[in-house]
Amino acid sequence: MTTFDPYAPSRDTTEGTVFSVTGGDWDSLIQEIGSTKEERVVVNMGPQHPSTHGVLRLVLELEGETVTEVRCGIGYLHTGIEKNMEFRNWTQGTTFVTRMDYLSPLFNETAYCLAVEKLLGITEDVPERASVIRVMMMELNRISSHMVALGTGALELGAITPMFFAFREREIVLDIFEMISGLRMNMAYIRPGGVQQDLPEGAIPKIRDAVKTMRKNFKDNTTLLVGNSIWLKRTQGIGYLDLAGATTLGITGPVLRSTGLPWDLRKVQPYCGYENYNFDVITADTCDVYGRFLIRMNELEQSLRIIEQALDKLEKLEGAPVMVADKKIAWPAQLALGSDGLGNSLNHIREIMGTSMESLIHHFKLVTEGFQVPAGQVYATVESPRGELGASVVSDGGTRPYRVHFREPSFNNLQATSAMSEGGMIADIIGAVASIDPVMGGVDR
Amino acid sequence: MTDSGMFGARGTGDTSGYSGLVRTPASTGSSERPYGSYFDEVADDLERAYPEFSQAIERIVVDCGELTLHVKREKLVAVALILRDSLKFEMCMGVNGVHYPDRTGREFSAVYPLLSLTHNRRVRLEVIVADADAHIPTLVEVWAGNNWHERETFDMFGIIFDGHPGLTRILMPDDWQGHPQRKDYALGGIAVEYKGATIPAPDERRSYK
Repeated sequence: MTTFDPYAPSRDTTEGTVFSVTGGDWDSLIQEIGSTKEERVVVNMGPQHPSTHGVLRLVLELEGETVTEVRCGIGYLHTGIEKNMEFRNWTQGTTFVTRMDYLSPLFNETAYCLAVEKLLGITEDVPERASVIRVMMMELNRISSHMVALGTGALELGAITPMFFAFREREIVLDIFEMISGLRMNMAYIRPGGVQQDLPEGAIPKIRDAVKTMRKNFKDNTTLLVGNSIWLKRTQGIGYLDLAGATTLGITGPVLRSTGLPWDLRKVQPYCGYENYNFDVITADTCDVYGRFLIRMNELEQSLRIIEQALDKLEKLEGAPVMVADKKIAWPAQLALGSDGLGNSLNHIREIMGTSMESLIHHFKLVTEGFQVPAGQVYATVESPRGELGASVVSDGGTRPYRVHFREPSFNNLQATSAMSEGGMIADIIGAVASIDPVMGGVDR
Repeated sequence: MTDSGMFGARGTGDTSGYSGLVRTPASTGSSERPYGSYFDEVADDLERAYPEFSQAIERIVVDCGELTLHVKREKLVAVALILRDSLKFEMCMGVNGVHYPDRTGREFSAVYPLLSLTHNRRVRLEVIVADADAHIPTLVEVWAGNNWHERETFDMFGIIFDGHPGLTRILMPDDWQGHPQRKDYALGGIAVEYKGATIPAPDERRSYK
């Protein structure tokens, strides 16, 4: 039996000779490949590659520098979130879904919670303040997500400075998340029935300041990239995908809007009260990487507009509840902010431990067993930064989901890689993938 | 690979602390007209555009404000084409499976959420097949974007989409045994191998019993 040596420079397979790069001199590798007389070269790009936007593996068939075929290898980040959710109660589900697409946790949570609320039939009962907070958090999240898309996209195409600016803005948003939910990412802040807790004191002025700062800061990246001749050459006419291609591939989000179709679920199928906000749907008609980049760039301002309107609403709704009134669904305690960060509500502990046995039983049942959700299946959608994020949720009437499936926009949109890159240059794959903005945590779940 | 046992938990895997909550979903039956909203119009349009409507559509369910058409799998492609071309459901948002092991002879549901950009409408197609004969015709020819979704559903449930251009595993490794989302597939307990070194499954590293 021959032993497999993963570090061997080359080995023969049924497909031909496979060369592994394990350090050393590139010239000798090129010479060795040249000696095989093979016209067609298949190159593995990733899964550990700085330009593949995460653990994405691209299998490229090349003729010179022209790409003839692209196949995506995914699954490296599969964590079985959908399976795991079947073993936890409905509220615990938010802790899982928030970890799927880790750049837009609040969208995952909202899609899931909207689905659960639809099954419970309490969509109308979610307090207005909770919905406004959700909208505000989602739009902040859209900014931080677009910032990563723009920053890493530019970085992958060789522009380093935009990433520093982008991550500076993202940091502002993450600080706000930390102040509100206690966590910068994966916050499980949005819960079935409302949100985990109300905004802390001083949140609104701080967010207003942040909006002002960001509006000023966004100009830095705009001046760096919009109209920049190197940027234009790397993005214009690259990664072409028109409306017909986008519809048959089920593409949504900025990639669909770059074909000129103003399709945004916030406008066409509003949820969380998006119909009460003034904002524009940004489109481009170039069908290319540059158009998608411009859309993300301009959506930032629209998000800021929505955040400002949400803050105005929140000021009017001061003191209103942020969780449904039904105590059978709402978790019994709002967390209190202790000196060490987050803590339990002392008033609530006093009640259940000291005065009311029934409250203790209720608390115990709700937290350990959870609430029951009527049997049925629903599909709830939100417009995530990457497109239509849909939660297909099936309940058997029990305290845990029977089946949860996420229609992840990253997973779906990544299929467009081949259509966008085949026939182009190898360097343009990077731009095309970056313009799809896939997040592998969402792709693989 | 072990087929049973979660992380130290034996039995039903009920983490609620209260056993006996495992139950099968109630069948919602068929809805009666009027369905409300735009659902009547969709049903009427489909009936007009598709002469075999009564043989193809087993039942129509309206629940939680959503319309579900239960389609016989033999007619799935025909119905999908009519829905795409005549009723302008230009987009299929994929497919996902649901496993109902207690529904003997009808164990698997494949669910396709459709979206019409023209009319701003949604409809859901549901195809039910038996575990023993888990074959569904592919819809990749109708909506190319269903390619990966069907691969995922195959990977997770073992439903075979006949005619798919390359029905291979997509999320799990190619040599994986079993289909993880099936209800008879246990959670956890998978040993890991990395470059020859094996790491035992979490539930076998140390006994907490």
